[in-house]
Amino acid sequence: MATLRRPLVLVNARLIDPASGRDETGGLLVIDGRIVEVGPWVNGEGLPDEAEVVPCGGHCLAPGLVDMRVQLREPGEEHMETIASGAAAAAAGGVTTMVCLPNTDPIIDDVAAVEFIARRARETRLAKVYCYAAVTRRLEGRDLVEMGLLAESGALAFTDGLKAVADAQVMRRALSYVRAFNRLIIQHPEEPRLAEGGMMNSGELATRLGLSGIPGAAEVMMIERDLHLVAMTGASYHAAHLSTAAAVEAIRGAKARGLPVTCDTQPAYFSLNETAVGDYRTFAKLSPPLRGEADRQAIAAAVADGTIDCVASDHAPHDQESKRVPFAHAAPGIIGLETLLPLTLQLYHKGQGRLIDLLRRVTSAPADLLGLPQGRLAKGAPADLLLFDPDRPGRIEVDRFRSKSKNSPFDGDPIQGRVLRSVVDGRTVFAAAD
Amino acid sequence: MSAALALRYRHRHLLGIQGLSREEIEALLDISETYVAFNRGADKKRDLLAGRTLINLFFENSTRTRTSFELAGKRLGGDVINMQAASSSIKKGETLIDTAMTLNAMHPDVLVVRHPESGAVNLLSQKVDCAVINAGDGSHEHPTQALLDALTIRRRRGRLEGLLVAICGDILHSRVARSNIQLLTIMGARVRVIAPPTLLPGGIERMGVEVFYDMRRGLADCDIVMMLRLQTERMQGAYVPSIREYFHFYGLDREKLAEARPDALIMHPGPMNRGVEIDSEVADDIDRSLIREQVEMGVAVRMACLDLLTRKLRSNEDGDGDP
Repeated sequence: MATLRRPLVLVNARLIDPASGRDETGGLLVIDGRIVEVGPWVNGEGLPDEAEVVPCGGHCLAPGLVDMRVQLREPGEEHMETIASGAAAAAAGGVTTMVCLPNTDPIIDDVAAVEFIARRARETRLAKVYCYAAVTRRLEGRDLVEMGLLAESGALAFTDGLKAVADAQVMRRALSYVRAFNRLIIQHPEEPRLAEGGMMNSGELATRLGLSGIPGAAEVMMIERDLHLVAMTGASYHAAHLSTAAAVEAIRGAKARGLPVTCDTQPAYFSLNETAVGDYRTFAKLSPPLRGEADRQAIAAAVADGTIDCVASDHAPHDQESKRVPFAHAAPGIIGLETLLPLTLQLYHKGQGRLIDLLRRVTSAPADLLGLPQGRLAKGAPADLLLFDPDRPGRIEVDRFRSKSKNSPFDGDPIQGRVLRSVVDGRTVFAAAD
Repeated sequence: MSAALALRYRHRHLLGIQGLSREEIEALLDISETYVAFNRGADKKRDLLAGRTLINLFFENSTRTRTSFELAGKRLGGDVINMQAASSSIKKGETLIDTAMTLNAMHPDVLVVRHPESGAVNLLSQKVDCAVINAGDGSHEHPTQALLDALTIRRRRGRLEGLLVAICGDILHSRVARSNIQLLTIMGARVRVIAPPTLLPGGIERMGVEVFYDMRRGLADCDIVMMLRLQTERMQGAYVPSIREYFHFYGLDREKLAEARPDALIMHPGPMNRGVEIDSEVADDIDRSLIREQVEMGVAVRMACLDLLTRKLRSNEDGDGDP
């Protein structure tokens, strides 16, 4: 029997909706998990008695974050993260939608695996979980997966995750084939032979540390190659986690030529540079690696001006055994679900971008790219919401994170911005204690 | 056969549909028509090619096309020799041109050639004195298939002009598709190609066709649905991920066929992969499927081609009035 859920009304908020450009004081009414009214006239009056009224105290009410790139380690490596623990971390971080990579065990390259994720996602009510399917079977870079059947079963797009689709003919056919099903191909843009054996960014620091380097050119040359294939096939292409100024320029140029290309980055690439590796800190080992300061600045500027369309957490949980090892052996990647919002807000605090533009990169931009209805404060949209205080100071405290893994290079960093409440389909899934 | 019909065909060879005029195609179809009736009679032997030698030179395995040409030649009274590349000197490393010269020295009248490489039949035709019929070269042309398809359609629908024809499947590798697209557009039919993008050659729309990736949309309002064979080695990930996926999106079944006109007819050049590009239920539907009729038309069309191409020889030697 269906139980009637109480209407939820959030009042006296600073409504920030990047999709519509709205930035004004007002309220928002939710009935049956959907936004039914939004605007300055929603003030809690004239509502049924049973409605739950949440006074927002003038804080920012935005769409819940749509994190288009996470690894949840389930199935296969549940000791590092599960869909449930990842969803709890997401709720605490204001992330109401996550899209996970196919590099699980088994790999998400068939319909059964997509259906497994969908079933576990339904059981996890703290965040919405979607997945990508692999581009090639077993992520081997050779044979195409059943893209049509996978798209029908719910795979939002196709990517080989942390591996580049290296073979130009395979990439061309993937881009070509996927056009029949109107899905995106997401590339890890790194020329694998150039990156092979590399542990950090090429340059003086790598030389001094005696670590083998990955040149920044490995990124832009793969993007440049793919852009030619995009021009040939007309398919939509997305370059993941950009780290270099050259890659940004390549994407900027392609967009100016009208190619259907987009890209994202993750906060580490505009927050840190290669010096974070410093004394062989494995928590700062990423793929692609943290780059030099000029690259970091270029990434920050591109996020601000929109050349970089989306910011994703690139959440990559690893256990102690994967990180407390010599630098060369350490697994790349950092957790990010609970730092996505505050790290993105740092650009705003430094005067490198308007709040509404930065929020667009983590809400409507990824949602639009993936064809999702959420990520906006619009009538009829799912009531996936984020209430936050952009100014509240604090520190990143990894020990308090919900994520099972603690591999973050930002532990202890002072930060401004705090999630106050996360709402999924009208249900409050997280509320700050204070 | 009237001399007037033969006058309309101006070439020494039949290498492709490309280069043929609408009149020439009509002449071939009209002559074929008379052989359809002839083949249905009890006495299926004429002496039109008496004393003529026809060599079937097949560098690629084929049973149905070779048999069709063999029957056509024999019914017209010619001497027919079959040469399969597997048992010929090709295996011993002889070049195509050397093979052509060798055969030419034996004075055949007609060479029917199939070759796995596009353009090989054209090359061979330049080195011999006899008439050459292309029985399929690589992904280039298969003109007698297009002619027999046209004859089949024309007999059922009474015309080609104005019909909407969908060609579905592996367009990229298909010589049948290329010959059919040209013939049908020359004859005033509208042609659509339906395939996954990986099985469509670049610039195909420049051949005057409409391109569809979605089979249901592509089949809407079609009069004729031509299915193409998809080879299994192309369904394992390189061009198409799996047979299952291909059949789901591009296999012709009742449900997808329902998008076409209610009287739409189904064709397939054979041999069919049941459950890959076509469901048995529609392939065997006697009201809709023309697949067996196509085989019958094949013999008639090939007789017409042999008739026309040897006419010049006959007129030179016999002075019977045909030019």
